[in-house]
Amino acid sequence: MQQIVQVKGLTKQFKNLTAVNDLSFSVNEGDVYGFLGQNGAGKSTSIRMMLTLIEPTSGQIELFGMDLARNRREILRNVGAVIEKPDVYKYLSAYENLELFARLSGIKPTKKLLMDQLEMVGLAARANDRVKTFSQGMKQRLGIGIALVHNPQLIVLDEPTNGLDPQGIADIRNLILHLSRDLKKTIVVSSHLLSEIEQVATRVLIIDKGRKLVEGNATELFDPAQTIVELQTMDNVFALEQLKASPWSTYLQAQRNSAILLKLNRTEIPALHTALAAMQIQLLSLQPRHSLEDYFLQITSGNQHVDTYTN
Amino acid sequence: MWTLIQIELYKIFRRPRTYIAFIAVAALITIIQFGLKVDGKSYADFLMKDIGGTMEIDGNIINGYLICYIMLQLLLVHVPLLVALIAADMISGEANMGTLRLLISKPFSRTELLLAKFFASTVYTLLLLVWLAILALFLSMWIFGTGDMFLMKSSYVVLLSENDVFWRYAGAFVFAALAMVTVAALGFFLSIFAENSIGPIVATMSVIVFFTILSTLNIPIFNALKPYLFTTHMISWKEFFDIQVNDANEAIVGSIQNPQKIVNSALVLIIHIIGFVGGSIWIFNKKDVLS
Repeated sequence: MQQIVQVKGLTKQFKNLTAVNDLSFSVNEGDVYGFLGQNGAGKSTSIRMMLTLIEPTSGQIELFGMDLARNRREILRNVGAVIEKPDVYKYLSAYENLELFARLSGIKPTKKLLMDQLEMVGLAARANDRVKTFSQGMKQRLGIGIALVHNPQLIVLDEPTNGLDPQGIADIRNLILHLSRDLKKTIVVSSHLLSEIEQVATRVLIIDKGRKLVEGNATELFDPAQTIVELQTMDNVFALEQLKASPWSTYLQAQRNSAILLKLNRTEIPALHTALAAMQIQLLSLQPRHSLEDYFLQITSGNQHVDTYTN
Repeated sequence: MWTLIQIELYKIFRRPRTYIAFIAVAALITIIQFGLKVDGKSYADFLMKDIGGTMEIDGNIINGYLICYIMLQLLLVHVPLLVALIAADMISGEANMGTLRLLISKPFSRTELLLAKFFASTVYTLLLLVWLAILALFLSMWIFGTGDMFLMKSSYVVLLSENDVFWRYAGAFVFAALAMVTVAALGFFLSIFAENSIGPIVATMSVIVFFTILSTLNIPIFNALKPYLFTTHMISWKEFFDIQVNDANEAIVGSIQNPQKIVNSALVLIIHIIGFVGGSIWIFNKKDVLS
């Protein structure tokens, strides 16, 4: 499988701050590559270096097998991006913005192409409305339309769900899945929201303080056998005693913030539910959490550096 | 490159802000024209009060040519602000809107982007001057008619015959265009350092006001600086209206008193334009876009 992105030893130093430190990763053709990290971890700086907005202090970026520094124009013709906020010209309409950025991307768009693009991002009905009248979600969708209008092979989305309401987040998620599954695009998507990445990514990179913590296949990182279930009951002391005396004791992890944590396979949750009722534990809530979240919190707060989780 | 220039021009002329300058120039000129039309005689008496006893003038000195000269003197001090409104916003405005990120991630070089933006702001500046010429010169000629042009300089009087004036205005407007493009280049240069347009607009005007004060102050310590200040050279368009005289002290039609001064000033302004635009390109190519 062709490597679309290959980053080697990427470093960016801002005076005394090392924003990105010796970062290496690769993205294969067809990947939805999740770029995860807390705010300030270096995700945006890395993405901006991939788009030539920021010059690396050292390291190499290759896109489509070509060196970015030497083949910038040729490479960027094949890249579409939404960088943080989807800012466009507010005094122009959605159609005019799309046409303008299509021409800037090196194509001469037809009216049909532009309207099809607006249709795909759900803005055809608002094509002639000025962007200043748009909601944040509509602007984000227009931003994605602009990123896609020249039919790029690689799409880079930096925090695409920032500032969106739940419906807007779901729309963006569905759009990413559509681009990946139906249009076979390669997508790099950064976020600090694990749950969002989890639902769309095929491969994941987690960085912290500018350094790579883990890179691997999402199916392995989001292992359903490693689901953490958080229980809240009317009487946690009683519940804990009952669980310790039952076969579920081997699943017990810890008690945190007045909740009991168990690690189990997601498929075992219905059985747990039945068992809790049988033990007459009065349940307030049962919330499955993914192991990646705990793993993420553990490795990003523990200052631990892992080269590669799995490939 | 042509596509980039087209897009930059399209953006400039789709913004309502762009038309503020055209409306402001039209409003100022028509007010002055109205005032002079209604009370031109009083103004002529005021002009002539110092020399009225020593010379007698036949005919109408308040004609379209003189009015255009008066308006140029007034407006070329204020037009830089209108030029800065657009030029100083070219990069900083994009940074403020957040569109600079998207622009730079497109497949053209930063140098091409800056040159296209500068070219577009130059077109805007030239159109503003064309608008100024249409209203200040042609409209004044239509309203007030034409005739010989009578100018009072600080220590002498210049009288230009009617058929010797128009080409001087053509030269003056071309020179004024060069001066305003210099202002645009300064605003453009300052705009790469900011992420909102207010700062560069205010900074551009502050530099112009500061340098103009230095240019006009007659203090020996500042005199050595004056030849290097672009503001000293911005007013050299007036040289087109100084005429040579022969030994009999008769005006030589078609002559300019000091053409070399115009050439030198033009060169200084061109060097400033190249310096500001070149500096912008050099700095912007090294700049990390964090907006």
